[in-house]
Amino acid sequence: MWYPASSGLESDRCNRRRPRGAGKARPYYSLVILYNRPVLELGKVPPDDQRPRAEPPPAKMTHLDKLESLSIYVIREAFSRIPNLAMLWSLGKDSNVMVWLAKKAFFGHVPFPLLHIDTGRKFPEMYAFRDRYAREWGLNLIIGDCPPLEEMDSTLPLAARSAARKTAGLKKVLAERRFGGIFAGIRRDEEATRAKERVFSPRGEGSQWDFRNQPPEFWGQFMTEVPPGTHLRIHPILHWTELDVWQYIEREGIPVVELYFARSGKRYRSLGDKDITHPIASNAATIEEIVSELETTRIAERSGRAMDHEAEDSFERLRADGYM
Amino acid sequence: MASRRERRKPEGKVRDHLSLVIVGHVDHGKSTLVGRLLHETGSLPEGKVEAVEAMCRRRGMPFEWAFVTDAFQAERDQGVTIDVSHIRFTTEARHFLLLDAPGHREFLKNMVTGAASADAALLVIDAEEGVREQSRRHGYLLSLIGVRQVVVAVNKMDLIGCDAQRYASIEAGYRAYLAGIGIVPAHVVPVSARTGANLTAPTRDMSWYAGPTLLQAIESLQPSPPLHDLPLRFPVQDVYKFDARRIIAGRIESGRLGVGDTVLFSPSNKTAKVKSIEGWHVPGPIFEASAGQSIGVTLDDQTFIERGEVISHILKPPMETNVFHGRVFWLGDEPLRAGARYTLKLHTLATAVTVQEIERVVDPTDLSTTKSDKVERFAMAEVILRARALLALDPFLDNAATGRFVLFDGYIPVGGGTIGMQGYPDQRELVTVRSTNVTEVVHRVSHAAREARAGHRGAVIWLTGLSGAGKSTLAMEVERRLFAKGYNVYVLDGDNVRRGLNANLGFTADDRAENIRRVGEVAALFADAGFVCITAFISPYRTDRERARRAAMEKFHEIYVDADLAICEQRDPKGLYARARAGEIKDFTGISAPYEAPETPELAVRTSDRGVDECVGDIIAYVERALSFSRTSE
Repeated sequence: MWYPASSGLESDRCNRRRPRGAGKARPYYSLVILYNRPVLELGKVPPDDQRPRAEPPPAKMTHLDKLESLSIYVIREAFSRIPNLAMLWSLGKDSNVMVWLAKKAFFGHVPFPLLHIDTGRKFPEMYAFRDRYAREWGLNLIIGDCPPLEEMDSTLPLAARSAARKTAGLKKVLAERRFGGIFAGIRRDEEATRAKERVFSPRGEGSQWDFRNQPPEFWGQFMTEVPPGTHLRIHPILHWTELDVWQYIEREGIPVVELYFARSGKRYRSLGDKDITHPIASNAATIEEIVSELETTRIAERSGRAMDHEAEDSFERLRADGYM
Repeated sequence: MASRRERRKPEGKVRDHLSLVIVGHVDHGKSTLVGRLLHETGSLPEGKVEAVEAMCRRRGMPFEWAFVTDAFQAERDQGVTIDVSHIRFTTEARHFLLLDAPGHREFLKNMVTGAASADAALLVIDAEEGVREQSRRHGYLLSLIGVRQVVVAVNKMDLIGCDAQRYASIEAGYRAYLAGIGIVPAHVVPVSARTGANLTAPTRDMSWYAGPTLLQAIESLQPSPPLHDLPLRFPVQDVYKFDARRIIAGRIESGRLGVGDTVLFSPSNKTAKVKSIEGWHVPGPIFEASAGQSIGVTLDDQTFIERGEVISHILKPPMETNVFHGRVFWLGDEPLRAGARYTLKLHTLATAVTVQEIERVVDPTDLSTTKSDKVERFAMAEVILRARALLALDPFLDNAATGRFVLFDGYIPVGGGTIGMQGYPDQRELVTVRSTNVTEVVHRVSHAAREARAGHRGAVIWLTGLSGAGKSTLAMEVERRLFAKGYNVYVLDGDNVRRGLNANLGFTADDRAENIRRVGEVAALFADAGFVCITAFISPYRTDRERARRAAMEKFHEIYVDADLAICEQRDPKGLYARARAGEIKDFTGISAPYEAPETPELAVRTSDRGVDECVGDIIAYVERALSFSRTSE
């Protein structure tokens, strides 16, 4: 065992300490009738915690409850510790879930700006979705633009070069607004390099990710302070899977872009720029059908994202340079 | 088309989720084991095996199962896993999240990252090499982190010809080691990841083995149970005022909380009643919440509360202390040093702590301990940490969530540890003021008048030191000689006080602290009356002496009666050391409880080196100098 059992302190200390007021007997409510007030019935309002605990154990938290609780904890932790935060909103299902979790965390409010890095090449349905829900959810929306393709690293394959525009756009907003932390809705199960991410992930002065030397992260104590000129990426849904996301969307009734649902035997499983994102063959036209499709598929979620498949290490290179 | 896992799912059954960390010495075949296990359970994505085959062909190497899970280019080039991968697969019994932690010594921090969130661990040992340093180190670290459910896989059985005797000796050796650190493995399974033997089906090559396959063994593990049966611990994460509501937000770490409950905030010691439990987009009003939930509550009054306080019920609150034992594992590039300051993160609290002492450094390979003033990277040690203010916490064995901490050096997390309170009292009792309606009455004799009549200043001469250091001897002799010189002087001695004033106190840590608190208050009254009050108590804790100093303020003079433990034990005037060594006295200072020497005493006298007369002379000289009217007191 851990500590010598000699002290005996741990076992009996609870019985001895009674802070101020603990011993005061309080009248138990019997039948209290107050003029023009509701009637409190016997036993309905307990005096304090002296009552015996209600015996049936609390309702078991479901898998989704647990995921939700940890995400809320992470979002609140970032909000409490990091000044000048923003949340990336790509308009995809994952970032919609993340915005929803923020509203849960802050009881209907989103107390930081939402950041849409706009490549200008998104689907029209995505822009319509953005404008509608930015209004309906009362979001403080910042739209960041991206430099032209020609300015990107020409050694990257074409689709990765296209994705690199988004990184450049993000870096530009970061430099202008000096955000101390950016929420990003990435998940470990999406892609192998994301699997190795930390929940609070420090980024260097040029947004670089030093994946070879990441800080340890354990017991819910995160690295929440970073040197000036650098920032943190916060990943509140890192531990969710694609299936979890859809089941949560179904449970909560979270709106998503229509492109996820099958039309004429095809649907988008992941949404990026329209020229480098391809639909998959699917007949799943409802959330329920998507959930059952995911329960059986063995095809990777980002199979429709060209940038992931051009070379063995293209995604790793993008991420090391600051891609989300 | 339904996959294998789908077809095997029993009707109407909801599978549990279980996270399992895989650890072991480098090259003992963890990644291969994982790759093979995924393949055997039909969990690999389509085309993954083909992709790895193509890659290995390109590099001109034989097929390598480990590449199925190794993601980074850098890993493939070096052939080792450099971080924790998260791999999911589902069996008939449950959904698994496999955390593949690295085996290299320098990557231990990544293993901690993986293991800290795991329900259970799978320890992999190479049958050919046997139990190695890392196997022990990892086992020890798992016990420190709090992972107690363990399955051991003895891998590469094919390389030792599936020899039953060699397996038995590895099994016995490792079971014995784990027993020494409080871990009883759920199963020990001989396997071969390369051939697939005993992974999902028994093998004829090891017909002598009658236990479960590795898959059956890990399916027998249980997810960590929720902590709603422990006392309520609800650390305050933040306070929101986005609208008319003032919401206290946080996650319930243990226990249950209901609307209408009276709750206690620690360490501020305030109480309030829970008016509501708030939620957004929830089915209806919430009346109760329990462990694991991130919630928000409103209170019946506008009590000032801040992050870092712990909400509990009144009857089972956390302990309050500013000093505690920590069992730490160190991950920092720079060693942990005695006297150094770090940021302690404990539940939602962040505060500076000083390493008061490194009690012992533990060698996890043979569990031997040594004394040192520093703890190197990846070493483990027992230390004493001290904060400035009171912290609300629990011993780790009582409540893991409020009983463990992470140390930060600047921005960087450098170590973790668990809390022990043996020998240290709960300080809540000592800071709780129960007497209300008390107004201080002003004396009509001034303090100056009293001192003028006495001819010297009033003072508390506080002697502290080990039992047998000579406190009582010195106190009585100093008293005799000061009295002869015309001083108003009186000695409060430990044994004498316990006959009357403190007759109702025993020797538990709490009672000893209360004993010292009373003596400090009485001595302060003596000093106020113009007396020189000499106290002779071991008073081992700085916190207690600081409280006595606060009671007498500038009249307090701390004198350290310094003698080596060995000499005190040799003197043993009351035979107490002998009894403590024999185990008859618990928490005996110097033997089984700490003595915290004064950092800046007004005077120190070393009785090991010098005679009684010389030491008494030093004290008299000090008293005459400090208490005479010719000098202004500082």
